[in-house]
Amino acid sequence: MTDIITKSPALQTTPLATDIPVWRVRLRLLWRGIRTNVALFTENPIGLVGLAIIVVFASLIVIHPILMKSVWDRNVYDPVLGIDLAIPFHPAPPSPEHLLGTDPLGRDVLSQLMHGTRSAFILGSLAAIVNFIVATTIGAIAAYFSGVVDSIFMRIADLVLMMPVITILIVLGSLLNLEMLHLAIVIGILSGLGGTTIIIKSQALTIKVRTYIEAARVAGGNDFHIIFKHIVPNLLPLSFLYMTFTVSAAIAIEAVLSFFGILNIRMSWGVMIHTTQYAGYLLDMSKWWLIFPSSVSISLLTAAFYLVGRALDEIVNPRLRKR
Amino acid sequence: MAAKISQMNINNPENRSALITESDETIVKVEGLKKLFPLTTGMFKRSTSFIHAVDDVDFYIREGESLGLVGESGSGKTTVGKLLVRLLEPTNGHIRMLLDVADQDIARLRGRSLKRFRWHVQMIFQDPYESLNPRRTIFDTVSEPLSVQGIGDIAQREDRVAELLTMVGLAPAETFMFRFPHELSGGQRQRIAIARALIVSPSFVVADEPTSMLDVSIRTGVMNLMRDLADQLGVTYLYITHDLAVARYMTERLAVMYLGKIVEMGETEDVLANPLHPYTRALLSAVPVPDPTLKREPPNIKGSIAKAIDPIPRCRFYDRCPLASRVCEDNDHPPLEEKGPDHWTACYMV
Repeated sequence: MTDIITKSPALQTTPLATDIPVWRVRLRLLWRGIRTNVALFTENPIGLVGLAIIVVFASLIVIHPILMKSVWDRNVYDPVLGIDLAIPFHPAPPSPEHLLGTDPLGRDVLSQLMHGTRSAFILGSLAAIVNFIVATTIGAIAAYFSGVVDSIFMRIADLVLMMPVITILIVLGSLLNLEMLHLAIVIGILSGLGGTTIIIKSQALTIKVRTYIEAARVAGGNDFHIIFKHIVPNLLPLSFLYMTFTVSAAIAIEAVLSFFGILNIRMSWGVMIHTTQYAGYLLDMSKWWLIFPSSVSISLLTAAFYLVGRALDEIVNPRLRKR
Repeated sequence: MAAKISQMNINNPENRSALITESDETIVKVEGLKKLFPLTTGMFKRSTSFIHAVDDVDFYIREGESLGLVGESGSGKTTVGKLLVRLLEPTNGHIRMLLDVADQDIARLRGRSLKRFRWHVQMIFQDPYESLNPRRTIFDTVSEPLSVQGIGDIAQREDRVAELLTMVGLAPAETFMFRFPHELSGGQRQRIAIARALIVSPSFVVADEPTSMLDVSIRTGVMNLMRDLADQLGVTYLYITHDLAVARYMTERLAVMYLGKIVEMGETEDVLANPLHPYTRALLSAVPVPDPTLKREPPNIKGSIAKAIDPIPRCRFYDRCPLASRVCEDNDHPPLEEKGPDHWTACYMV
């Protein structure tokens, strides 16, 4: 038998699956799954536009520290502490030294914008991860156990949905010393406990009644096994979709709170708008370089994540899926 | 409720004692099995009425044989199957199984002993498109009973899965192991489901209409496979079906269910050749015959199966029965009585 295998050239080039360790087979399967989904994603121009915007902003994050180390003088271009003393009056309009001008305190707007991008990405992804963990776990657990557990979590969800998130965060921000990390966790939990949980739970309800859940029970799987090996993997596509929406929401909420100046964040897009407003230039269109870069960036990035979410929705959602 | 149940048990004592005295090689013995599903109404979820899905059922299965469970939709046959694998907990009654340890009542098993019980009793589900998780590979699915029970390491599991896949006719096993269910046909999926059920070498398997969702062309293949495996591995089946032809092919003994009650039970050939209960006769007269010139009498029953919600204490088949009389109306549902050698019927009129 082994002779036949070693002699056959066809079998030599493609070794049997069992000769490869299981983790490599799994990795290959994962890769294949990703590839087919990427193929579906790239068919959708909306998603590609969103992805392109995200990539452009992500490249800003990479470029900024390089510029700071090589071309830009730290004393002049530091997003928080820098000041260009060569220019007598700030805010100064765009010039070859300051491509997007300077802000009322003499700092370079482009440098601030790039630095703010990093804050936005960190905040967005952190909030999304927290949201993902909270919503998926609670949604799956509520759907699986139903009854009292379900009632408790759904009443909490109703309560959170009803609460005005911005107002609550303003109160929280003025009571506590909210930093980026705290804000991300609070946004993640609030969005995770509210609408996302309800949507994830309704999806989990449709999975819970499938026969393979009963089959897993007959196999001897306990509740934990069924929830995390059978229900949650089937929720992942939808969870990822809502992660992208959470990123958008988190960036927008941060901008609003920073605008009110109640966050302990040194530099972000919201802080840039706050600085403009504080100096009284908010409605002064002749100083457009103060307000436009940050506000356009906020709009573009939130829109980009939303577009990617829509495109993912068309892959994930069977009603929208074209094939 | 409890009083009612005990009263029912007293109603047919001779029947019950007779059922207990069968041969030693009995692997499953079910006594007074009952499952009520509460219908909840009102804001405090008070259960005002119950669906009597399985109502005081007794039967036994001998080791190595297949017991067929037939009946129309809503007769409670799937509920019996789920009770036997403990997907549902019985409201009342005993299920005794002769597993490797000892004769034990599985109706009240919990925790570790319930998990241990799953080594010995498995289930094959009706719809192979639903019973395999689309996000798990065939290897994950088939090896699941081993991995959740912590049997063997990953290499041993791989060998065992390959062995089982070959056994159910999916060879070479390597080409199937790391595929996903959507890449397989219905027949192949059902073979996967069979492999999953048999991987822990169970002594008793509940097969819930395993071929009803398959194309006619591959049905026989799967049925032959199940029979061969039963002979090879000494598996005992409870074979649930609505198809009398399938039941005849697959089973040695047959139980006919109607509205949560077993109305007739006996050797399959005996029951089919010599049906005593009017319901069994009606079922048989509905079996298609491959003869276009044959003209036959329409089944001699009226109406359709009712919902078993708080049934009136009389024969369950009373409304549709051609033989119904005063006795059937005035008395509770008739007990199973031995009318021939190992041929049991629950009817006052035969």
